[in-house]
Amino acid sequence: MPPRTLYRKLWDNHVIAAAPDGDDDRSALIHVDRHLLHECSTHQSFEALRRNGRNVRRRETHLAVPDHAVSTGADRLTQSEAASPAQLQLAALRSNVAEFGVPYIPLEDAHQGIVHVIGPELGFTLPGITLACGDSHTSTHGAFGALAFGIGASDCETVLATNAIVQRRADTLCIELTGMLQDGVTAKDIALALIATFGAGFATGRALEYTGPVIRAMDMAGRMTLCNMAIEAGARIGLVAPDETTIAYLRDRPLAPDGGQFERAADYWRSLPSDPGATYDRVIAFDIDGLAPQVTWGTNPQCGIAVDARIPGMPVDVDAAHEHGRMLDYMNLEAGGALTDTTVDVVFIGSCTNGRIEDLRAAANVARGRKVADRVRAMVVPGSMAVRRQAEEEGLDTVFTNAGFDWRMPGCSMCVAMNEDRLKPGERCASTSNRNFEGRQGRGGQTHLMSPGMAAAAAVTGHITDLRILPALVEKGT
Amino acid sequence: MKPFTCLTANVLLLDEDNIDTDVIFPARYLLLMQREGLGQYFCADRRRDPAGNLLPNPVDTARVAGAGIIIAGRGFGCGSSREQAVWSIADFGITCVIAPSFGEIFSANCLRNGVLAITLPDETVRILAMHARSGPLTVDLTQGVITCEAGLVQPFSVPQGTRERLLNGWDETGLIQKRWSGAIEEFEASQREVQPWLYEDQRHERS
Repeated sequence: MPPRTLYRKLWDNHVIAAAPDGDDDRSALIHVDRHLLHECSTHQSFEALRRNGRNVRRRETHLAVPDHAVSTGADRLTQSEAASPAQLQLAALRSNVAEFGVPYIPLEDAHQGIVHVIGPELGFTLPGITLACGDSHTSTHGAFGALAFGIGASDCETVLATNAIVQRRADTLCIELTGMLQDGVTAKDIALALIATFGAGFATGRALEYTGPVIRAMDMAGRMTLCNMAIEAGARIGLVAPDETTIAYLRDRPLAPDGGQFERAADYWRSLPSDPGATYDRVIAFDIDGLAPQVTWGTNPQCGIAVDARIPGMPVDVDAAHEHGRMLDYMNLEAGGALTDTTVDVVFIGSCTNGRIEDLRAAANVARGRKVADRVRAMVVPGSMAVRRQAEEEGLDTVFTNAGFDWRMPGCSMCVAMNEDRLKPGERCASTSNRNFEGRQGRGGQTHLMSPGMAAAAAVTGHITDLRILPALVEKGT
Repeated sequence: MKPFTCLTANVLLLDEDNIDTDVIFPARYLLLMQREGLGQYFCADRRRDPAGNLLPNPVDTARVAGAGIIIAGRGFGCGSSREQAVWSIADFGITCVIAPSFGEIFSANCLRNGVLAITLPDETVRILAMHARSGPLTVDLTQGVITCEAGLVQPFSVPQGTRERLLNGWDETGLIQKRWSGAIEEFEASQREVQPWLYEDQRHERS
């Protein structure tokens, strides 16, 4: 067999039938080993099962948890039963999983959290598997060397009923990361810089694998942040080859293989990285030496610039200039202005991009001993109950609350703005989430994407700030 | 699923790159649990101001004209996987979307809802948009051509499996169950040999 890439191995290992139903040879029916569900994208999937009289096949391959619309308030378990739309959606998930016997982590469970945070935490996410979820940031799980991709509600029904789905094999794109991260610069900054450099759709239709010495030295949290943002580059699939860092992370996770099985599994996982001599359809080298913290100024993720750079001037191309002007209008910013002069109203630290313990530590290192600026509403939303507990054990909650941050319960919160955590029209937010789309954090809200340390720096200064100029509290980022 | 064979309809022109699914279907409406009647929320925040007053916008103009086709810029439907984006478009009356590129999950969702997503080069899309300004287009999937009264004949292609699914209006889940149940079982029997840890069923029956 010729040398194969990680992606090709994962693909080949899951083909049930090549070119089914008149498809060409790029298409295959592939097996879906694991499926994560949340309250917001699955109600119609269960409705379709009911309508067609179908059952859930192999219940143990699915796992459901509420995250998208749940309250992040400390009193969320005792909030009145007044049936808000979010509570109705949560109740629908509860009854759907009960009816079909899908394993479920309820809101009050010690393992509740964002699907893409708890999957890895529990060891539900493993190298070498296929994993689907009705959420585009499912690419996150590719950090483990899993073929993980977002799907819609109809495909969720198909996966529930069959553990299979027809997919087209993607072209492969390898991003080789070299160089050294400066202090205070993180995986989030790499993700934003890549999209700014190569364009928002540069990886559309491709399976994007991150390689190189930067990746090998990066912890799992950073790898997850990179793979999470693959979808913002257009790639449905992000990948990092499993290595000893991956294996060490998974050891003793509740749903990971146990005992002797673990070593056998680890040996299998070690066989997954691309073979020497395997060729990718495209390779991009990207050197991160000298990379500065990145902040977005516009309403798509390719609008990232170095925090100390000026907002770009009007492009010459008429269409591009029109779009540029539209984004500046929406963001209430001016071409050529400095982002560091821009005051913020809200700071959001959390999400499946940056809601892990490493992210909270980076933010706490900046917040420690400082105060949130007047008029700034700052919140920290841990990615999961486990992250929240770990942070409390380390005293990070006290760091945040002493500084004036709101310390909240886990959920998607202001990344998707389906619950009460929303921007008001005209409010400007320093956010560690993944999308700066128009209205994403609330209608008329203005989002600046950045890393957790940078968001904390914005909170304590009241404006977008280069955290490298804050004295001596910056640890090496993840 | 309703088959797609041939459609003659007016066109809604959305001449902008990277129209994401948050624009197509704002997140706060994801709290709705139904899939019917979502057309009123299609591009909701581009159509009405926060007080609910109608804004001048191409979507409502197209609604009046009975548009059945969208021609959009690059990256149409990028972002979130929400199938509500496609449900809202379909409920609005659109069954064909033409663009230089699409969000991948969005186009997969189109296929599941009988909506034909056609990818064509930028320049071709520009020419189609120009023709669409003066009248309806006809999209014929059986022949793989887009035509208009002025005489334009623009071929297009979609993957064979996509074509078959749309022409036949197949129910994907039922089809897989009917044709491939045995193959799925066989696959799992061999996967169990290689990755037995994926089959320790009781390990997922956690509290």
